[in-house]
Amino acid sequence: MPFSLLKYGLNKDYPFEQNADLPSPSALKPHYDVVIIGGGGHGVATAYYLAKYHGITNVAVLEKGYLGGGNTARNTAVIRSNYLTSEGVKFYSESVKLFQGLSNEFDFNIMYSSRGQLTLAHTDAAIRGFRQRTEVNKHFGGKTELIDPQQIRELVPSLNMNPADQPVLAGLWHIDGATARHDAVAWGYAKGATQRGVELHQLTEVTGVDVDKGKVTGVQTNRGKVSCGCVVQAVAGHSSIVGAMAGIRMPITTYPLQAMVTQPVKPFLNPLVSSPALHCYVQQTGRGELVFGGGSDPYPLYNTRSTMELKESLLAHAVELFPFMANMRLMRQWAGLTDMTTDYSPVMGLSPVENYYLDAGWGTWGFKATPICGKTMAELVATGKVPELIKPFSMARFDTFRQVNEMGATAASH
Amino acid sequence: MKIINCPLNGPRNSSEFVHGGEVRQMPDPNNCTDKEWADYVFYSDNQIGVVTEWWLHAPSGYWFIAERHTGSDEILRTYDPSEIYTSRVEFKAKVEPSASEEVTV
Repeated sequence: MPFSLLKYGLNKDYPFEQNADLPSPSALKPHYDVVIIGGGGHGVATAYYLAKYHGITNVAVLEKGYLGGGNTARNTAVIRSNYLTSEGVKFYSESVKLFQGLSNEFDFNIMYSSRGQLTLAHTDAAIRGFRQRTEVNKHFGGKTELIDPQQIRELVPSLNMNPADQPVLAGLWHIDGATARHDAVAWGYAKGATQRGVELHQLTEVTGVDVDKGKVTGVQTNRGKVSCGCVVQAVAGHSSIVGAMAGIRMPITTYPLQAMVTQPVKPFLNPLVSSPALHCYVQQTGRGELVFGGGSDPYPLYNTRSTMELKESLLAHAVELFPFMANMRLMRQWAGLTDMTTDYSPVMGLSPVENYYLDAGWGTWGFKATPICGKTMAELVATGKVPELIKPFSMARFDTFRQVNEMGATAASH
Repeated sequence: MKIINCPLNGPRNSSEFVHGGEVRQMPDPNNCTDKEWADYVFYSDNQIGVVTEWWLHAPSGYWFIAERHTGSDEILRTYDPSEIYTSRVEFKAKVEPSASEEVTV
């Protein structure tokens, strides 16, 4: 034992307080300029960019559980921008660019790993869709190519090219595809935000929203009432419930999505592989575990229970893709709550309540958008103007039937 | 929720059933506003609590109504739609003058 440790043993004070990543909990102030509901990736990223780019630091992030403990920790950590619509591709490409610089920006390793993402086509119709996505992606500066079975074999030698009697005909090779440690993204943003003066209050649940003459004036929490200038709602999985507190009805239905992890094995799979036709995506983490995810559950539910039906169908397809995995053991499984919109795009921007901003409807595409959501939501709060990048995602698009349809661009159809 | 009690076929495995969405009053598509129609097709209360929903027993093609709790994943009651719908619901499309001409040609 080094002798320097003895000094700390005899000291009354906690030695690392001044170097702690997050400040100790404090009392709630009676008023904040901005209250952000939800201390997940999106919430703390918004706080971070508000402080960093707009100098707004009288901000409280209210989190009912703990930092990044909700759906930020429950996604399968896929980062990609190979979407279908120009609105979607522009938005998610900006996000990928921001992700690439985050570790340096935070001085904290988010374990960003740019491995490429491969989506498999088993039908001619899928190839046509891939061709369109390739061109849209290239047009907006992304790196995406349509590749043939020989190239797929070279990229992923362990892949069964005829899974479930649905031969692999082509692949959408998204070179920008990546993964990162999702908890670290939330931690990095929280650290950066709190260092700039933002307050993060964990175990602080919002129980009501005060609206006066169509304008938000404050929130009620389990720790008392707080008045505020504006509110950002960033609560994936509970958008409709928190929205209802402010009297907002949303175009969202909530479904659980189950995912699971195997025991670790030697590295054999570099890209992230997904097959929309087989409702399955697979990737190997840096620790060697295989992560699987599939479609959402078949009916709406606010519950993260496990079902045998989904395990069976998802694993049957995963084993078809990688037959040798049949002998591997599952280590753990979990579920997250996905706020699905009918067009598979988010609900962002203004709401019917003045100064109440929405960052909702993040279904199964929320983690990959974390940085750009934070940046655009911060700009919206600071300037009061909806940034161009998120204009197409306004909730009002449903009333005018102008959906941004990304249903065909999910990694596993839901 | 592993077993669903089908009013026609009795208790069956939940994998035999298909969720059909909430039982809601459809606004008249010929006379309602765009906002009313958008609300009907896209919006939902989506709260934790008991909802009344359509379910289909796929093997027998039988639609029925279930009251389900969206937090506990329990079906509280299932019953034949005749409990709510006592008369046949007719769906009439608005006949556009030009469309009817095409049909006659």
